[in-house]
Amino acid sequence: MTEISQALPSGSAMPRTKTLSEAVFAWLLIGPAMLFIAVIVAWPLAETIRLSFMDAGLGGEEYVGLANYQELVESRKFHQTIIRTFYWMFLSVALKLVLGLIGATLLNAAVPGRGLFRVLVMPPWIIPMAIGMFGWLWLYNGYFGILSGTLMTLGITDGPFEFLAYKQSAFYSAVVADVWVGTPMVTLFFLAAMQGVSRDLYEAAWVDGAGRWYRFRRITIPQIMPVIVSMSLLSAIFTFNSFEIIWILTEGGPRGATTTLIVDTYKTAISNFKFGEGSARAVIIVILLGIFALLYLNVLKFVNRKYGTK
Amino acid sequence: MMDKYTKLQMTGIYAAVTVFLIFILLPFFEMFMASLRPLEHLFRSPYQFWSDDFSFQAYRDMWDTVPLLGRYIINSVFIASAVTGLTMIFVVPAAYAYARLNFPFKNGSLAIFLGVNMFTGAVLLIPLYRVLRSMGLLNTYWAMIVPGVAFLIPQGIWLLRSYLEKIPRELEEAAFVDGASRLYTLRRVVLPLATPGLIVVGTAVFIGAYAQQFLFAITFNQQRELQPLPAGLFEFIGYQDVTWNQMMAAALTGILPVMVIFLFLQKYLVAGLTAGAVKE
Repeated sequence: MTEISQALPSGSAMPRTKTLSEAVFAWLLIGPAMLFIAVIVAWPLAETIRLSFMDAGLGGEEYVGLANYQELVESRKFHQTIIRTFYWMFLSVALKLVLGLIGATLLNAAVPGRGLFRVLVMPPWIIPMAIGMFGWLWLYNGYFGILSGTLMTLGITDGPFEFLAYKQSAFYSAVVADVWVGTPMVTLFFLAAMQGVSRDLYEAAWVDGAGRWYRFRRITIPQIMPVIVSMSLLSAIFTFNSFEIIWILTEGGPRGATTTLIVDTYKTAISNFKFGEGSARAVIIVILLGIFALLYLNVLKFVNRKYGTK
Repeated sequence: MMDKYTKLQMTGIYAAVTVFLIFILLPFFEMFMASLRPLEHLFRSPYQFWSDDFSFQAYRDMWDTVPLLGRYIINSVFIASAVTGLTMIFVVPAAYAYARLNFPFKNGSLAIFLGVNMFTGAVLLIPLYRVLRSMGLLNTYWAMIVPGVAFLIPQGIWLLRSYLEKIPRELEEAAFVDGASRLYTLRRVVLPLATPGLIVVGTAVFIGAYAQQFLFAITFNQQRELQPLPAGLFEFIGYQDVTWNQMMAAALTGILPVMVIFLFLQKYLVAGLTAGAVKE
């Protein structure tokens, strides 16, 4: 026994065994997953970068240098797509966070029935996104949908209103549907974080006569700040990448009003078989997401330092 | 005492919860109502919220209109199960390594896994299409399973790791001292203890796998008999005369399996899914 404990490398609780060294064993365990990711994600990613310098289609490939990128840099339409994507992302994420915070606060309130509310909040997160979108497709329909139906019954609109037929309304309708998909996850993560906040803090504040709003602002928010930051950046990435929602509702239309970067990439590469141009777009997405990830890690570090998670 | 609400506050909370839930559940309610409406009802003007001829007929007719509906549902469940099984085979050892072992390039490799979380398949579709074609996997179940597994591995590792970290080390150390090999300890000591965690992570992966089937299916598979539910139904939406009531009935029927699983496991699932967010 004493020999073993003396042989322990300092800081590690695990003894060395006769069979395998820790590092070799660890890599044997990770290897299969790593290899799988390499074949299905890393290699295609490298291939995407290569293709972005090619004029590639169904026929074959030809090296064209930076031509694909140059085209994008000069294209006003592409600039608009980038601006639209960021607008889409910020609007949608902001709404998800606000709704998530409100929802979590409500579900955290000590009232009878909160267990049931928590279950009822989850379905949009659980079911296939595509199925949820079939429901929204229907809701937004001018003739059949309950939204247009209500507007007509109340006399707000004269005839049927097709939410997805006009540029502005289609865009905001897609945002609402995206918020609907994302809100449950944000709500539940916020709720879990709120339930992790020590009751002593609240009780101490309460004894000192602090009201609910004050306790929310000065205890709850700072305590769950790291989760707010990580959720905002996670949902930013999801929203940026969100494809199915837009594709099923509008396929990027009408007249490009809901075309985000990811939809644009899909249309270019898969619908029109312009592999090179599509790859250039994909690479730009990867770069933008990379910047995002760096931002994420730094903000998280800063927040953790400032609010000192245990 | 601190948690006591006045009558007025209670009313306010319930009212707000109701509004919140209406937003969340409205599409489901609308799908259900749509499934009850006879087809000719749809074009009736003025708009009717309710009429006497609502019926469950669509739930019978849908099996004729979408002859492969049963197949789609089975495909969906099959693909999601296969993805879950394969993902767990990759995830369990890797998560154990990250939870317990020290090794070179640990943080770096974990960052690579998490980096995968940032992509959706949409960015990689073109080369992925070629990879799958060169492997001869296009238009097979594998075309939908293989990419699904790749994009769920990182999430699985992340979730299971935080679960394994909560299991006390003493038991493993005891096994080591008794001369058990590392693999034996993993199989006989760690895994049995981690069963609740495995169920949570498995369920989370299953739901992820069930939710993500659309994109890979419409891109990598042209065989109708193999389509999962979302892709199979999407095909019908493009038709001239969409039998909407049956479509909605079929969609609702198709999500029943996950809803049932979810209802049984929801308590553990929430705890498990949010485990990564809450520091102990």
